Amino acid sequence: MDAKEIYATLEKLFPGKVGDFKGEVQEPYLTVDTAAIVEVCRFLRNSPGFKFEVLSDLTAVDCPKEGKIQVVYHLFSYSQNHQIVLKVDLPRDNPKVATLEDVWKVANWFEREVYDLFGVIFEGHSDLRRIMLPEDWVGYPLRKDYVEQEEYDGISTQRAPLVEKLLR
Amino acid sequence: MKPLINSLPETVFTTKVDDLLNWGRASSQWYMLFGLACCAIELMQTGGPRADLDRFGAVPRATPRQSDLMIVAGTLTYKMAKRTKLLYDQMPDPRYVISMGSCSNCGGLFQLAYSVCKGVDKIVPVDVYVPGCPPRPEALTEGLLRIQDKMMRERWLVKAPRPAEGASAAQD
Repeated sequence: MDAKEIYATLEKLFPGKVGDFKGEVQEPYLTVDTAAIVEVCRFLRNSPGFKFEVLSDLTAVDCPKEGKIQVVYHLFSYSQNHQIVLKVDLPRDNPKVATLEDVWKVANWFEREVYDLFGVIFEGHSDLRRIMLPEDWVGYPLRKDYVEQEEYDGISTQRAPLVEKLLR
Repeated sequence: MKPLINSLPETVFTTKVDDLLNWGRASSQWYMLFGLACCAIELMQTGGPRADLDRFGAVPRATPRQSDLMIVAGTLTYKMAKRTKLLYDQMPDPRYVISMGSCSNCGGLFQLAYSVCKGVDKIVPVDVYVPGCPPRPEALTEGLLRIQDKMMRERWLVKAPRPAEGASAAQD
């Protein structure tokens, strides 16, 4: 099934909750309403025509100019050999979205990673801790307005530029 | 130190205790396995049959408590930096550190990243910096030989300043 058909079916079943479809790109995507993401994903996973068994990636994009953080879900189906990308727009000052842990178990670690680097809160997540950075880390490094701390745990994060001597 | 080979009559051997101690230490540097990134591959090459670090008496140990030398090979993240300090503290004196490759020298290619420590010298004192990305086995061998030079100049029993020599360019 190609992306256009997937979008048409979703639009029929979830009117007003999906939109902004773009099919002329390498990985076609559509935007899903924040409140409907679990519902839509559960449908895409379980319905016999779609059978998206795999959440191959879950990541996010920070767009400070538009004041939003976009969470991106890459779905893939081994049995049907088709794929689709879902996007959810969240407000930048309070990014919250429901967890997909109950739909795909792998979402657990993916969501922890997005929480770690973007500070998106996944509501209902069973274990929302930082996954890669140390637990006492300050800030979310992949946000565009991230400012590096002067030091981390007594270790200075500053270093004089190495080429300064050469430039002089 | 002047070479002693063939310089004395048979069965007689004179030296200073310090020199003997240093000679023993320099000829059996047990280094801790400490590969953090791609430099570790080059470190393995250096330990392998072609470059053969073993001929200088350097063999890898799996625990800091049996090691004299720590070769920090690879990108050091802040998360790892805390562990590095802990491992260094567990090593018995006298202990030496080789910083291998650009990443552990100064953060290297990744020094603008939020998670990368900008040089292992922020954590532990470094004796020899080996430049390169990654350094070839020959370069690391050279670093080891510089450590040996440094070891030979240590004074443990005599209360005297360490003599300055031409080969001291590599020390901190």
